Amino acid sequence: MMQQAETITASSSKGARARNYARHYGWFIVPAAVVVLAVIIFPWIFTIYVSAHDWHLGGARSWVGFDNYIKLFSDSRFGWAMLRTLFYTVLSVIFPMILGLAAALAFNHKFPLRGLARTIFILPMMATPVAVALVWTMTFHPQLGVLNWLLAQVGLPPSMWIYSANTVIPTLVMIEVWHWTPLVMLLILGGLASLPIDPYEAAKIDGANGWQAFRHITLPLLMPFIVVALIIRCIDALKAFDTIYVITQGGPGSASETINIFLYLQAFAFYNVGYASAVVVVFFAIILALATLLLWTRQRVKMT
Amino acid sequence: MIVEAKRSPAQYRLRRLIGNIGFGFSVLVLISPAILFFLWMLSLSFKNELDNTDWPPVFIPQSPTLDNYREVFARNDFLRFAWNSIVVSFGATGIALLIGVPAGYGIAKMHAMRAAALILIARITPGLSYLIPLFLLFQWLGMTGTLTPIVITHLVITVPIVVWVMISFFEGLPPELEEAALVDGASIWQAFRYVAMPLARPGITVATILSFIFSWNNFIFAMVLAGRETRTLPVAVNNMLTFEQIAWGPLSAAALLVTAPVLILTLVAQKQIVAGLTAGGVKGA
Repeated sequence: MMQQAETITASSSKGARARNYARHYGWFIVPAAVVVLAVIIFPWIFTIYVSAHDWHLGGARSWVGFDNYIKLFSDSRFGWAMLRTLFYTVLSVIFPMILGLAAALAFNHKFPLRGLARTIFILPMMATPVAVALVWTMTFHPQLGVLNWLLAQVGLPPSMWIYSANTVIPTLVMIEVWHWTPLVMLLILGGLASLPIDPYEAAKIDGANGWQAFRHITLPLLMPFIVVALIIRCIDALKAFDTIYVITQGGPGSASETINIFLYLQAFAFYNVGYASAVVVVFFAIILALATLLLWTRQRVKMT
Repeated sequence: MIVEAKRSPAQYRLRRLIGNIGFGFSVLVLISPAILFFLWMLSLSFKNELDNTDWPPVFIPQSPTLDNYREVFARNDFLRFAWNSIVVSFGATGIALLIGVPAGYGIAKMHAMRAAALILIARITPGLSYLIPLFLLFQWLGMTGTLTPIVITHLVITVPIVVWVMISFFEGLPPELEEAALVDGASIWQAFRYVAMPLARPGITVATILSFIFSWNNFIFAMVLAGRETRTLPVAVNNMLTFEQIAWGPLSAAALLVTAPVLILTLVAQKQIVAGLTAGGVKGA
C-alpha cells in the first residue's frame, strides 16, 4: 500500500501515473469478462461449430461443412423470409424516424404538464411486449375488434388486420411504430437539448423564418443524433421477434414469417439446430455489415 | 419580419393563442395512441365477457367487476409465475450489478474502447441467436427445468446494460477525487469502493432500473428454456392466449398485472430511465 502511494507521488507526470495503474484496473473487468465469455462469446463460436453439422435435437449429428449454407441460399422459404424482413424493417425505420423527430421537436418546447406527457409517450416502449401484443391482438378481431369500430366511425371499410396476408405486415409495423417511436424521440430530444443557441440568434437577426432555421441550423446540427437513432432503429427492427411471434407466429400461412420467426421455427419447432445455426451466422453477418455501414456514415456526417 | 413588426399587440396575441392551441392539439395527437391503448386495456380488464364482446364496443364499464382478476389468480398458478419472474429479474440484475459496476469502472479508467465495442455487439445481436448454443449446453448439463438457466441467459441482456450505463457515468466523474485518495494511501479498490462508487450512485440506480425492466419484459429466453413449473410471467400470459381464444377479460387482467410493475416503475423513475436510455441508447436483447 505505502509503496503504491510512493510511486504515485514520485511520478511527476499524469501520463506516467495512468500507465502505472492501467494494469491494475484490468482486475475490475475480469469477472464481467468471464461472464461475457461464457454467455456471449462461447455461443458465437459454438453456433459456428453447430452450423457445420447436420444436427437435430435429440437425434444424430454429422459433419457437413458448408452444406447448410449452400442449402440456405437455395431455400426459397429463407429467401421470402429475407424479403419480408427487408419490407418490415424499411417501414419500421421510416415511420418511427419521421414521427420521432416530430415528437422530439414538440417535446423540446416548454409547455404545461410536459413531464407527464413525455412519460405517457414513452410508456409503450417500457411496457412488457408480450402483454401489449396480447391486447393488440384483441383489437384486431374482424367482427368485435375496437379498431374496426374506429375505422367505421371515420367512414372507412373494415380491415382484416392480422388475418389477411395483404395487411398482416403493415399491421405489425403499426405496432412496431407505436412501440419504438418513443426511443427515437428520446435519442433526438437528447440531441436537441445539446444544441447551441447562438446560431439561432444570428439567424433571427438575419431575418430567417422558423422553417429556414430548422432546415439550415437544427437539421445539420442534429444529424449525428439522427444517425445514431437510425442505427439503433435499424438494428431493433431487424431484431423484432416477440410481438410477431405472439400475435401471428408467422401467419397467416407464412405471410409474416420474418428471418427471426424462420430461425425460431427451424430451431425449436423442427429441432433442426444445425440449419438454424447457419441462419444465425448469416443473420449476424447482415446485422454487423449494416451496423458498420451506418457507423461509417456517422463518421462522415461528423466530419462534414 | 417587417410585416410582423407592423402587427398590433392584439393581433399578435391572437396569433399566439391560435399557435398554442394548434401545438396543444398536436401534443394530444402524439400521446393519444399510448393513452387510448392503456385505457382500453384497463377497460377490458374491468368488464364482464358480455360487455367485452358487445358491438358497438363498451368503453366505460357499466358495472365494473373484479371477476377477471379473481379468475387470473384462481385458474392459473399466477403467484408461482410471478415469483419466478421476481427471482429471475432480481437474480439477473443483482449478478449484473455485482460484476458490471466494477467492469464499467475498469473500462472507463483504462479507456478500453475495444471492450466497450464488444459489449455493444452483444447489444445489437438478436437474443434468439444465443439460444441455440445455450440451450444445447444446458441440456447437456442437465439444467433444464430449473430457474438457473433462465437467470444465466438473462445475463446476456442485463450485463451489457449495466456495463454500458456505468462506463458513461464513471467517465463523467472528475478523476481528482480518486487521485487524492490514492495519494493519501488508498488502494485502487478502496478508491473505487469508497470514492468513485458513492459518487456514481445515480448511475447505479439507472443501471438497476433499466436492467430490471428489460429482464422482466424478456420473453424469448424463458419461453424456450422454461418448463411447466419455471415459466416467467410473460411466458405464462402468452400461454393463456393459446388456450383461451376469446376470454378477453381475464387475458387483459393478466396482461395488465404482468406489465403493471414496469409501468409504475416508469412513472416513478422516468427521469432516471430517460437519462439511462439517452446515455448509450441501451435496450435489451
